Amino acid sequence: MPRPLKIANASGFWGDQPDAAARLVAAQPDLDFLTLDYLAEVSLSIMAIIRAKDPAAGYARDFVDVLRSLIPFYQAGGKTKIVTNAGGLDPASCARACAEVLRAANLSRLKIAVVSGDDVLPLLRSSPPTPAKHNPIGYDGAKAGFANLDTGAPLSAIASRLVTANAYLGAEPIAEALRAGADIVITGRVADPSLTVGPCLAHFGWKPTDYDRLTGATVAGHLIECGTQACGGFSTDWLDLPDNHDIGFPIVEVAADGSCVVTKPAGTGGAVTVPTVKEQLLYEIGDPANYLSPDVTVSFLTLRVEAAGENRVRVAGATGRAPTNSYKVSATYRDGYKAHGMLTVFGHDAVRKARRAGEGILRRLQDRGCTYRETLIECLGTGASVRGLASRMSDTHLVETVLRVSVAADTKEPVERFTKEIAPLVTCGPQGVTGYATGRPKVLPIFGYWPCLIAKSLVKPTVQLLA
Amino acid sequence: MAAPATIPLREIAFARSGDKGNSANVAVFARTPAAYAWLRDHLTAASVETFFKPLGVGTVTRYEVPNLEALNFILPEILAGGGSRSLRIDSQGKTLGMALLEMPVAAAILKPAG
Repeated sequence: MPRPLKIANASGFWGDQPDAAARLVAAQPDLDFLTLDYLAEVSLSIMAIIRAKDPAAGYARDFVDVLRSLIPFYQAGGKTKIVTNAGGLDPASCARACAEVLRAANLSRLKIAVVSGDDVLPLLRSSPPTPAKHNPIGYDGAKAGFANLDTGAPLSAIASRLVTANAYLGAEPIAEALRAGADIVITGRVADPSLTVGPCLAHFGWKPTDYDRLTGATVAGHLIECGTQACGGFSTDWLDLPDNHDIGFPIVEVAADGSCVVTKPAGTGGAVTVPTVKEQLLYEIGDPANYLSPDVTVSFLTLRVEAAGENRVRVAGATGRAPTNSYKVSATYRDGYKAHGMLTVFGHDAVRKARRAGEGILRRLQDRGCTYRETLIECLGTGASVRGLASRMSDTHLVETVLRVSVAADTKEPVERFTKEIAPLVTCGPQGVTGYATGRPKVLPIFGYWPCLIAKSLVKPTVQLLA
Repeated sequence: MAAPATIPLREIAFARSGDKGNSANVAVFARTPAAYAWLRDHLTAASVETFFKPLGVGTVTRYEVPNLEALNFILPEILAGGGSRSLRIDSQGKTLGMALLEMPVAAAILKPAG
């Protein structure tokens, strides 16, 4: 029976703690794998913007710095392998930058593999504008015109504004790279749990039809894909956690039967308990009987979650079925511009003053001919995050609020004009306006999110080992 | 002194919310088996939909997850566009779990049975 595989996550999103990887291997040098996730739903569109200015920057450059931070570990003989989707839109360039870091450190013995083939933008762009029919499970996305999975709208509605379109590849190409001897696997878009399933496939020699084991590994991958969220980060009872200034990053010890123990390095804060693991299990999950991954269709309904020692929780009993014959595609398209401006208002009637001041900005802009497709005034402190539906007191009790005014438009000009109207409130608004020292708000491009499906037969994942 | 007629949901449950495009899910976990039985019978899709109506939610779906003593609620169209598009301070539904835990529920659930 092969020994369990120890897989940690060192990045839950693009912008997570930069020293997590180095600290994980320092605390636990026997880790078999580090996985690092950089790609949220619209991350690739941000990369597309950066790449427009710098063609060599279509990937998460932060990962190159992470790799640099691991140089002393590898020079001392460290063996932990890495699987990451830091490659973004351009995994080959990411791999070349990493190879350069390794070469300079005399670590060329470490082999890098690139997994690509997820970019399906040309297929979407060339798809005929067929009328869509909403039928989300098990159909051919191309024939259905890549209709929006959520709304059923046809792709033709936004086809001319597409920026990115990437299929969520599965674990098999990652496993193939590892079988070929890769120490570092750099991918573009893959399903987040597949970063963990790939190493399990390669290590345990599972068959693609070992659905229950694949489901166990998928659940393990899902549990760690958001970094510290499995160890009490973002949890309901966060305030009661020990040392919550320094919550540990999660480790799963995956057994040959696909069950796992979730844990974290000794000496780190937070906690791995049945409640913290349960919370993460259902994070961003739809129908718990039909969680679709490219590797397997997962049911969460047979899982057993049980304490197995201090900061150790065992998750077993996974059951799964064959995956569908399509990949999910995350596409993005240009959809105008937006900006948010914020100012603090202090004093008697703070909320009334703030609201009036916000309305004043919008009225001034309207008088000057600016039109917006959407505007929003929020007075933070009043429960505005959920439009006051859980407020505990009347707004009149507040002596302070943060005014947040937002606008969106199809073109850039009216949004840019808006960004110049926030600071003037310091002199033309109510007394007690402050917090204006951060400068004018930025104009942000809006990227619409277009989830759709594509037949697996139309996508060709490729694995390339760097020479 | 009379006992309060209602308590916030957070006294009997914990929760976590997350986004998927313009939709969100809120998973609600019972703190005790008795609380799960109560939640299953009383925290309906309709009551959660009514609670979140001010945010423009569509038709709420509820899934029971008895092995985790949890209920998973799918809240379509609740994020005013979601991700990159929403103008709201909370464009990704990070606050929805905490909000639902403020929901008043009958205090009788805390009374010992019999």
